[in-house]
Amino acid sequence: MANRADLSETNYGNSARERWSNDVRRAAMRPTIGPTSRSWRVSVILLGLVVLAGILAWLYQLKHGLGSAGYNDQAFWAVYIADVIAFIGVSYGGAVISAILRLTGQSWRAPLTRLAEGTALITVLIGAMFIFPHLGRPERFWEILVYVNTSSPLFWDFIAIGTYVLATIIFFYLPLIPDLASVNKMLGSADRPMRYRTYRALSLNWIGNERQRRLLHGVMSLIALIIVPLAVSVHSVLSWAFATTSRPGWNESVFPPYFVIAALYSGTALVIVVAAAFRKGYHLERFLTKRHFVRLGYIMAALGLVYAYLTLADLLPDGYTGITAGWISQTVTGRYAIAFWVYVIVGEVLPVALVAIKRTRNIAGMTVASASVVIALWVKRIVIVLPSATQPLIASHWGTYHFTWVSITITLAGVAAIPLGLMILFRFIPVMSIDEMEEVGELGSTEQVSEHTIVAQELLSVGAHINGNGNGNGAHVPHVPKKEA
Amino acid sequence: MRRELPRRWYLVRKLSRNNKQVSTELSVIPAESFVSSLDKGDSSTRSGDLTESSSDKEYSRRNFLRIFATAAGAAVAVGSGIEMLSYRAYAQSQPTTNDWSGGGMTGSGVATMASTLAPPTHQWAMVIDLRNCDGCKSCTAACQKAHYLTPEQTWIDVFSLTDSVGKTYHLPRPCMQCENPPCLHVCPVHATFRQDQGIVLVDQDRCIGCRMCMAACPYEARYFNWNSGVKYPPLPVQPTPEFPVPQRLGTVGKCTFCVGNLNHGMLSECAAACQMGVIYNGDLKTDVAVNGMGTTVKLSKFLYDNDAVTYKPEQNTHPRVWYILGHGQNLTTDIASKS
Ligand code: SF4
Ligand code: SF4
Repeated sequence: MANRADLSETNYGNSARERWSNDVRRAAMRPTIGPTSRSWRVSVILLGLVVLAGILAWLYQLKHGLGSAGYNDQAFWAVYIADVIAFIGVSYGGAVISAILRLTGQSWRAPLTRLAEGTALITVLIGAMFIFPHLGRPERFWEILVYVNTSSPLFWDFIAIGTYVLATIIFFYLPLIPDLASVNKMLGSADRPMRYRTYRALSLNWIGNERQRRLLHGVMSLIALIIVPLAVSVHSVLSWAFATTSRPGWNESVFPPYFVIAALYSGTALVIVVAAAFRKGYHLERFLTKRHFVRLGYIMAALGLVYAYLTLADLLPDGYTGITAGWISQTVTGRYAIAFWVYVIVGEVLPVALVAIKRTRNIAGMTVASASVVIALWVKRIVIVLPSATQPLIASHWGTYHFTWVSITITLAGVAAIPLGLMILFRFIPVMSIDEMEEVGELGSTEQVSEHTIVAQELLSVGAHINGNGNGNGAHVPHVPKKEA
Repeated sequence: MRRELPRRWYLVRKLSRNNKQVSTELSVIPAESFVSSLDKGDSSTRSGDLTESSSDKEYSRRNFLRIFATAAGAAVAVGSGIEMLSYRAYAQSQPTTNDWSGGGMTGSGVATMASTLAPPTHQWAMVIDLRNCDGCKSCTAACQKAHYLTPEQTWIDVFSLTDSVGKTYHLPRPCMQCENPPCLHVCPVHATFRQDQGIVLVDQDRCIGCRMCMAACPYEARYFNWNSGVKYPPLPVQPTPEFPVPQRLGTVGKCTFCVGNLNHGMLSECAAACQMGVIYNGDLKTDVAVNGMGTTVKLSKFLYDNDAVTYKPEQNTHPRVWYILGHGQNLTTDIASKS
């Protein structure tokens, strides 16, 4: 790694490495500098229409009030706050997966990081946007910064989300620097001068020399290190908006880890979904192989089991004593039972089974598993929000929340904005991190290894990292690029 | 039985939207005119007479009103009393949110204001005598009429609950005007504040509609303005936190104890409407309470003699509303059975 520059110089020619590099560049940049395909344009227009419909629905809601989205005094928090949690949650998953893979020096991450970080960036922006339909008076949002109340959980939510958005942007931007320089090399200054100038400015005169490389690696490791606790704090603070109230079902000490794990679980799942979609749509089959999906699937299943455990930890004590158990009986057997069991079956049993069974442990199986996790975890957020909100604190009359076309349209617009945002994003930047792909080489990123080896390697590298033996990127790259004649 | 006074468009504070600029214009009808009209006739009664009296003898409602009014009149006459000042300026001068006995809010701003202020004349409270409540909901109806509320907005709601011997009893629930209000602590923009007389109010011109307060209130006392198109008659005044009518779409509203009424010698709408004399308006400072039937009591003794309780004391909210229970009645909320 250290003498990468030497390598490419001494082996200038038709080496395997050179061919690999060319392939990577072509695949990653085709959607960026090539002409747009017909299906790309059609998808963007369709998705754009859905987003537009959501914006119109929001304008309607502004005029007619939140009642048009199905809200009432006993369902005062409902779908939009669940959307906020779900979107910021998946973002968190993308960022942390990428950060942890970086920190533990997993070379196979190379084709995934850009997708994961891009997903993190797009979804955190969408999630932050969902605060606006949630508010009754979005135009007064600025007041949070002016009439600061430090004892309000929402103030800290704002600080946490704001910091996290910033960190996500930086985390996305840093590994982009070398790639922007690469794109510019291919683009040339004549073709699109505006774009060329922007990229040149953003790539900060990157020429890839030793000093720059060392600096970038240092900063990258630092921000990867920062983003993990930062993301934990964001979701903890988000959960405290619920847990600091006295409502049974929200006032739970398990909430911060509960939210954090839910975020990681759904976020890993979304990374798999996105990887599957872009693998097909952007022809990355050669780079994103079964190995990537299976490894991410393992991580996802492990997180899923932790989440199931936390769900049990949340339900059991209250249900056992029965003191504040109204929300539990409603969740497990009552009016929210369908949603709850959808989560159990589609969000836990099915995906874990698909990962556990050898026959389904392939790309299609992992895609189905992760898609069902993403959907079921959104349902689970609804199950976290609604039973406690609609439970009566004095009388015995439960509130009800009805989805309306307004809330459904706005939520669907958020969903459509993920692929739309990613497609537009990857129109301007390479869909894979060219620099990292070149760094780890073909073997490092695509080689098929037996699954036992994978698990062993992961455990070892995580263990080494915890023990302080891991020394960052490259330390655990099992296959040092070979010099070839 | 209902009020002798016209409706309450008397005290209008034109509040500057800018936090630092405080304008305290009184417009429409000056409050003094009402006070003096009320004070006609025998004016010998002083608040001191009442508080010093150790008997639990009942005073006539008129006398009681005069006591309220005299105090209010004094404050208005002095001119530097809190009634003349912007609630917001006063609130900003208060040192801490956790001051359970006095004003409400933190904030920088007019720190010097505090020294120039007279201490508040009243500390409002309420007593609800559950022994007499028949669940007729006249209080709810009167409140909704006075504040032009929608049918769902039951700022004072009457719940039908079951007591420990299986009989139904009725629980009127206004805002508890908590002295340690969770709704205030969670409000991200200080739209919820506590004025110097202990009343928790909402500034609907500042509320961002996040509904954090609805999540935090243990008594479900807050009601949102969910829908546009609520019809209001033409009103001669601008909405104030004390009298938020018309309410703003997308903000939260709740019981204000009709603090405008109280400060001008009138009962709250609910107390005035209750034909059973269940709801007493009280003042912790002068230690009196009066209900819509004209029954006037010495507040502390009334609470003590009848073993009054607050609702959900375990929530540490320190309510300003006390309940008097009948046999077998209890305010324990059995959430487990609600399924
Ligand atoms: S009863 Fe609810 S709304 Fe009223 S002061 Fe207490 S917490 Fe706030
Ligand atoms: S809804 Fe309004 S009053 Fe309630 S916490 Fe939010 S900003 Fe404050």
